Amino acid sequence: MEWETVIGLEIHAQLATQTKIFSGAATAYGAEPNTQACLIDLGMPGVLPVLNEEAVRMAVKLGLAIGAEVAPRSVFARKNYFYPDLPKGYQISQYELPVVARGTLEIELEDGETKTIGVTRAHLEEDAGKSLHEDFHGMSGIDLNRAGTPLLEIVSEPDMRSAKEAVAYMKKLHTLVRYLEICDGNMQEGSFRCDANVSVRPQGQHKFGTRCEIKNLNSFRYVERAINYEVERQIAIIEGGGAVVQETRLYDPNKDETRSMRSKEEANDYRYFPDPDLLPLEIAADFVETVRTTLPELPDEKKHRFMTHYGLSAYDAGVLTASREMGDYYEQVVKVCGGHAKLAANWTMVELSAVLNRDNLDIADSPVSADMLGQMLARIHDNTISGKIAKDVFEAMCNGEGTADEIIEKKGLKQITDTGAIEKIIDEVMAANPGQLADYRAGKEKLFGFFVGQVMKATGGKANPGQLNDLLKKKLAG
Amino acid sequence: MHDKTLAELAAALAKREVSSVELTTHFLGRIERLDPQLNSFVTVTAEQALAAAADADARIVRGEAGPLTGVPMAQKDIFCTDGVKTSCGSKMLDNFVAPYDATVVERFKAAGLPMLGKTNMDEFAMGSSNETSFYGPVKNPWDTTRVPGGSSGGSAAAVAARLAPAATGTDTGGSIRQPAALCNLTGLKPTYGRVSRWGMIAFASSLDQGGPMAQNAADCALLLNVMAGFDPKDSTSIERPDEDFTAHLNQPLKGLKIGLPKEFFGAGMDAGVAKAVDEAIAQYRALGAETVEVSLPNSGLSVPAYYVVAPAECSSNLARFDGVRYGYRCEKPKDLMDLYTRSRGEGFGAEVKRRIMIGTYALSAGYFDAYYLKAQQIRRLIADDFKRAFEQVDVILGPTSPTTAFRLGEKTDDPVTMYLSDIYTIAVNLAGLPGMSLPAGFADGLPVGMQLIGNYFDEARLLNVAHQYQLATDWHRRMPGGFE
Amino acid sequence: MSLSNEDVRKIAHLARLAVREEDIEGYAHSLSDILAFVEQMSQVDTEGVLPMAHPQDAAQRLRADVVGETNQRERHQAIAPAVEAGLYLVPKVIE
Repeated sequence: MEWETVIGLEIHAQLATQTKIFSGAATAYGAEPNTQACLIDLGMPGVLPVLNEEAVRMAVKLGLAIGAEVAPRSVFARKNYFYPDLPKGYQISQYELPVVARGTLEIELEDGETKTIGVTRAHLEEDAGKSLHEDFHGMSGIDLNRAGTPLLEIVSEPDMRSAKEAVAYMKKLHTLVRYLEICDGNMQEGSFRCDANVSVRPQGQHKFGTRCEIKNLNSFRYVERAINYEVERQIAIIEGGGAVVQETRLYDPNKDETRSMRSKEEANDYRYFPDPDLLPLEIAADFVETVRTTLPELPDEKKHRFMTHYGLSAYDAGVLTASREMGDYYEQVVKVCGGHAKLAANWTMVELSAVLNRDNLDIADSPVSADMLGQMLARIHDNTISGKIAKDVFEAMCNGEGTADEIIEKKGLKQITDTGAIEKIIDEVMAANPGQLADYRAGKEKLFGFFVGQVMKATGGKANPGQLNDLLKKKLAG
Repeated sequence: MHDKTLAELAAALAKREVSSVELTTHFLGRIERLDPQLNSFVTVTAEQALAAAADADARIVRGEAGPLTGVPMAQKDIFCTDGVKTSCGSKMLDNFVAPYDATVVERFKAAGLPMLGKTNMDEFAMGSSNETSFYGPVKNPWDTTRVPGGSSGGSAAAVAARLAPAATGTDTGGSIRQPAALCNLTGLKPTYGRVSRWGMIAFASSLDQGGPMAQNAADCALLLNVMAGFDPKDSTSIERPDEDFTAHLNQPLKGLKIGLPKEFFGAGMDAGVAKAVDEAIAQYRALGAETVEVSLPNSGLSVPAYYVVAPAECSSNLARFDGVRYGYRCEKPKDLMDLYTRSRGEGFGAEVKRRIMIGTYALSAGYFDAYYLKAQQIRRLIADDFKRAFEQVDVILGPTSPTTAFRLGEKTDDPVTMYLSDIYTIAVNLAGLPGMSLPAGFADGLPVGMQLIGNYFDEARLLNVAHQYQLATDWHRRMPGGFE
Repeated sequence: MSLSNEDVRKIAHLARLAVREEDIEGYAHSLSDILAFVEQMSQVDTEGVLPMAHPQDAAQRLRADVVGETNQRERHQAIAPAVEAGLYLVPKVIE
């Protein structure tokens, strides 16, 4: 039988606020345990939450960016369950009335087609702390620094049909939240993580199959692998005559499998009710409009502009708009080099990316600034250096040896464009290689390359390649 | 000295007839001598009180005193006090030394009132008789075989016996007004949002409100001036300009319209209570007020609705007491589940557990609509009843409690009967209105309280209406025998 | 609504309350009494009535995103039942 996979994602994006969603404690990552957990975060008796305005603003930003409705009135509810990393015994979340509802996100499929994924809702909630399982004499340690960190939970419709689509959606959202500067997107630190709801059904069946929820996937690779594993597991169960049990599962990247998390299943009567400590969140139209004016150019808009304005291919435009910083870098390079968009695209995507990848750097930490790269490209364009020499200049810039002009000057890399000088060297090379010259003139035309090489060697690679070609052809012809 | 009102003591301090250290020493002495009969204090903070009194005296000397600087008072043990045990009447918090001050406590500190100690209360404020306290019941100074009411029973007994000139209380369903009535005090539950809830250990967040308990309305006005005010730490705190609640005390009552809800004068009220309240009504007419019958048709459902809303909120509010970060932790938990269930099972008393279970049930899947949602709808109907009534009248008057103080143990086996002690007070909390209780006479030697209910933010008027009555009567001056 | 002993056990578990076996029956009675009392609510028709979660008809006030807390771990953990290396200790959490 042919099976169809159905996937919906719940993505938790940690909002990049300075303080917690309901307290004035800092959200910085990596602090000593429990040093960023204040009275409120610890759920001390008598404490009360007060909502962080910035978290609301960020939620609205996302809502506007995905063309969703921003609720004029939304309600915080308590989700009640006991867990040691949940100090109050309830999580403050939004249940019936979320702050953002009904948006869409467009993803690109491998065949180049696009697909629209529905975003059911996005709601604000607080993160829990962490249980550390290193052994403290058979006990676990609880760190509540993360407790109360603002999260935006972004829930998709079950619109994805393969692990690849799920990853494309997740990547798209990942790019978007970073563009909006509402989340640092750091998946290793858990700033952007995903729960996947996965089910299978026979091709053509309308009704959804029983789904399993895979919790806490914190890399694109894990999402893909976990879903693929889960799909095969579910198909095997059904084909074996069994039935999939609705449950929460955990992906184990070491074993590359998902396993049941029965501990979470046991008491899932969350007894949601409106939090009496928090009044309804009302968002006025003018607040929304003010936020709208702060929206940056969004990835899709930027990509489209790069294609039309710079004449880039869809692929190149996609790569160069993968992050806001990348796009900004590229545009600065174009500007500085004098508008040579394709040259700038090639250098940014190939040479620069290679260096960044090699040294595991963000573009913000690039050893070569956009201005430096742009200036170097201008030197290629005005024939000061050849493309080949430029690679050496670029490498030298990476090593901190100065600007392109300084390096060219210091190392004497300036291209030779004086016709007389090039001709003189050609003459010398021809004189030194009479045998090859005779062979060439007898019809062995592939020796042309040999002569180019000899001249380049004699000039230290600095002869202008175009001029050299023309002159050499004339001279060799006799 | 202890028979004086707060205002009188403040005046004596201002005139330097007495020092704060002398006053504080005097009240500490009374607590030490007389409280064993009452059990009204969980913790006495003699040392801190005397240090604060010395500071207050210095402030007075420097001419930097506020209206109440140097007058000692007591805090209900539901308010967190930095460095002082804050038990909430529970074994769960018997070892809990709060790491911070409640806003109310902070405000009293700033105003220079030395804190004598923390008063006993029903466990987590759940009770109407002060018998659910982990520290044992409080006794009514008017008859020590009887209850002082609850949950602010320790505060009520302490002020009634003049062990403290004033105390704070909290009122979720009548916990200031009912003990005030049973102990011959004046107590005010302000409009929801008037007094910050920061640091006040939550029972039912949408109903809880702190307020003053004292000998008379004028003292309550002075105390409310300290307690009330916007607090950015409490999202439900109301942002409005500060008011002087003493400003209108002396306004005559001519032309005042008093509403008498017919539902409050039906069956179920003791004859002695009815008689005293009727006499109080007559007194108001004599003072020039006009009385009008009003109707609060849904008030009869206030107790049922309350016993869904309050337990639902409490079941969630009390989930934080899990033996992990503070408070009681069971011995040698064998696993995480055992840690939770035994810490909570052993740390909470029977009534608290009962309410947590009722609330858990009412919020659980399949029952939410029939209980929680229904109760919230009835809550709206009750609030609307008041809204209509206040279109016709300025204040509403009725009994505070259907009975006078009942005997210790009389109602402990029957929760529902106990719950009905608050039949006249609960609707006010559901609506979020201000309400107060003041002495209206005696029945068989036991105090009777009458209740005044005001419109939202109309505390100043309530205090005025109460004060004018107290100028014409002297019920509030009577002191229990044996505590003079 | 009458609760069985089994109902009480379930509710107590959901609320993480250990209740002694000999007390179950008593709770079943008192909780059933309370629920029966509460049932009176069904007498009134509330069709179309907006539930009132809160006495105030106001909106949430928002706080500026400014750090206002400092590290108070020593103070907070002085009252904790079990801590080590700055962590609160609990019996092993199994996921």
